[in-house]
Amino acid sequence: MARRTVEVELSTSGLDAQGRPQRVPLVTNDGGTAVAVEPPPSVEPDLEGEHMLINLGPQHPATHGVLRLVLELDGETVVRCIPHIGYLHCGFEKIGEYRQYNQIICWTDREDYLNSIGNNVAFALGAERLFGIEITERCKVLRVIACELSRIMSHLVWLGTFCIDIGAFTPFLWAFQRREEIYRLIEKWVGARLTTSATRVGGMAADIPNGWMDGLRQFIRTFPHTLDEIDRVLTKNAIWVGRTVGLGVMTPEEAINWGLSGPMLRASGVDYDVRKDFPYLDYETYDFEVPVGTNGDVYDRYLVRFEELRQSVRILQQAADRLPDGPVNIDDPRVILPPKSKATSEMESMIHHFKNVMEGPRPPIGESYFAVESPKGEKGYYMVSDGTSKPVRWRIRPPSFVNLAAIPKMVEGHLLSDVIAINASIDIVMGEIDR
Amino acid sequence: MSRFEVVRTGASAPDSQPATQRTVSHRTEPANPSAKALQEKFSSAVKRVEVIWGETVVYVDPAAVKQMMGWLHDDPSQRYDFLSDLTAVEYRDAEVPIEVVWHLRSLPYRRFLRIKAQIQKGQPLEIDSVYDIYRSADWLERECYDMFGIRFRGHPDLRRLLMWESYKEGFPLRKDFPLRGRFSRSEQLRQALAQNPEARYSMEELTIADAFAELPTDMRDRLSKGERTGE
Repeated sequence: MARRTVEVELSTSGLDAQGRPQRVPLVTNDGGTAVAVEPPPSVEPDLEGEHMLINLGPQHPATHGVLRLVLELDGETVVRCIPHIGYLHCGFEKIGEYRQYNQIICWTDREDYLNSIGNNVAFALGAERLFGIEITERCKVLRVIACELSRIMSHLVWLGTFCIDIGAFTPFLWAFQRREEIYRLIEKWVGARLTTSATRVGGMAADIPNGWMDGLRQFIRTFPHTLDEIDRVLTKNAIWVGRTVGLGVMTPEEAINWGLSGPMLRASGVDYDVRKDFPYLDYETYDFEVPVGTNGDVYDRYLVRFEELRQSVRILQQAADRLPDGPVNIDDPRVILPPKSKATSEMESMIHHFKNVMEGPRPPIGESYFAVESPKGEKGYYMVSDGTSKPVRWRIRPPSFVNLAAIPKMVEGHLLSDVIAINASIDIVMGEIDR
Repeated sequence: MSRFEVVRTGASAPDSQPATQRTVSHRTEPANPSAKALQEKFSSAVKRVEVIWGETVVYVDPAAVKQMMGWLHDDPSQRYDFLSDLTAVEYRDAEVPIEVVWHLRSLPYRRFLRIKAQIQKGQPLEIDSVYDIYRSADWLERECYDMFGIRFRGHPDLRRLLMWESYKEGFPLRKDFPLRGRFSRSEQLRQALAQNPEARYSMEELTIADAFAELPTDMRDRLSKGERTGE
């Protein structure tokens, strides 16, 4: 399928002669596009040798959690950036070695907590490959719905906080209002808002309740309207463009070599999306497009994520239309709990229930690396089994961890105030980075 | 349909083959062609090739890792330009060697390859860094060092990443590391309280330009005596 390319239709080159981001004035011409202006006369020369060391974070609201950046400044320009992470480290991978597979699902909620249901799906898919399980058709579609809803949720948080960081307050409220609707849908489905634990190895914790699809359809119908509103406020806004164009540029080669993934990589013009290139959950049968940027700057990352929101709505629409009837869970008493009514009335089911809960399902000896396209990028779960009910090694490949590692490369040479914009464009979640 | 009802479709359904490990589709996939190419190019350094759940695993000689990665990255027929992940695995069986695992992707050919190098127990935990080939290995190798104590030769800045620099309890993801840590809670608390809260910058950062001169006098004295900051 042809991939769509998002073009930046603004007439600013981005950088001035000194390599500083060019500011766009508060005027637009009749067409609404920003007008390029001459860069302001060069600022007074920085005093030589007067480098300043400042500490951004770990308790700074614009660092989106407990990220700490030590910045060496020459005047207002960042000369060097040394990131420090680990303030939220809780040893998820170590704890996973002491938990059964279904118990680990509760931990996947808590790493990338903006995408918790998507992590549940990713982990369950990885574990199912390790177990050699093929899930049912209904389960596949439900999981696609879950993934795309959480992608929208995560992107809305990113959009809202990005706006706040740059100084726009209204889109934040619009975004969080719609996010609340998704939270209500998720709560109706699995009973929790943030810590969903929605999947099980071989199926889901619960099928959707009666009437749930009506709520989803209503969301699909009304959500693009909000997107249009935010689009109208931001995309051609001169302040927005001035604060984002030309910042933190990564060329395609650099982006690949630094291991960026997700919207960060696609904004640089590399058309790599796990859903298209290594499909899972039958994503190859859905009709959607992967937005790809051209310049690899903060503005392109914004455009790419924004278009992804629209594409997620398309996928949700198709998933809602094709949701088949049938069972959600596979029929394998070795991994799936029997219904409660049977567990309390039939001897055999009670034994299965007991063994599943007390011992836990056992995969064969082996290993699997399962990557999904999380809102942040390629999220992988690498599991190694030695045949017992607990993994020998459970490794999370956190996309924002690898994306954040490139922040020194992106901010060096830019202004201090642009560090905030660049950091926001990475879309980091510290829970996932520190684990 | 009830929310918790399980409908019989698998083993107990009539006329259907139960889904076992052998009948699922991803078991039958052929090996990645790159594995064969690696065997031809580096005959002795490739120890074993396995396909497990559709993923090709190549066990290689630890000494040849960097050379192989460089070839996989640069050769026009391979072009593994994306390092997805780098990690290590230690098994519960103390005799089984520690494995360092690289997950590579070739974006032009849409291929996925897992490279594994085994470091025998008793050998020094050292392996060549692939930092020069993939910059994404920077933090991944630092994390691997932090968690497993594997030293990557040639990494320019192999410091602890997730744990703080003065962390003394060892390497948390090693199997001989207890789940609750080596030190007691009281010892951990004592060490935390003994840290110097003023020392916000590491030695490396304090060497930056003139920042050192701006520090309070007592802190400058301590640092000039070689005292490590507590992060």
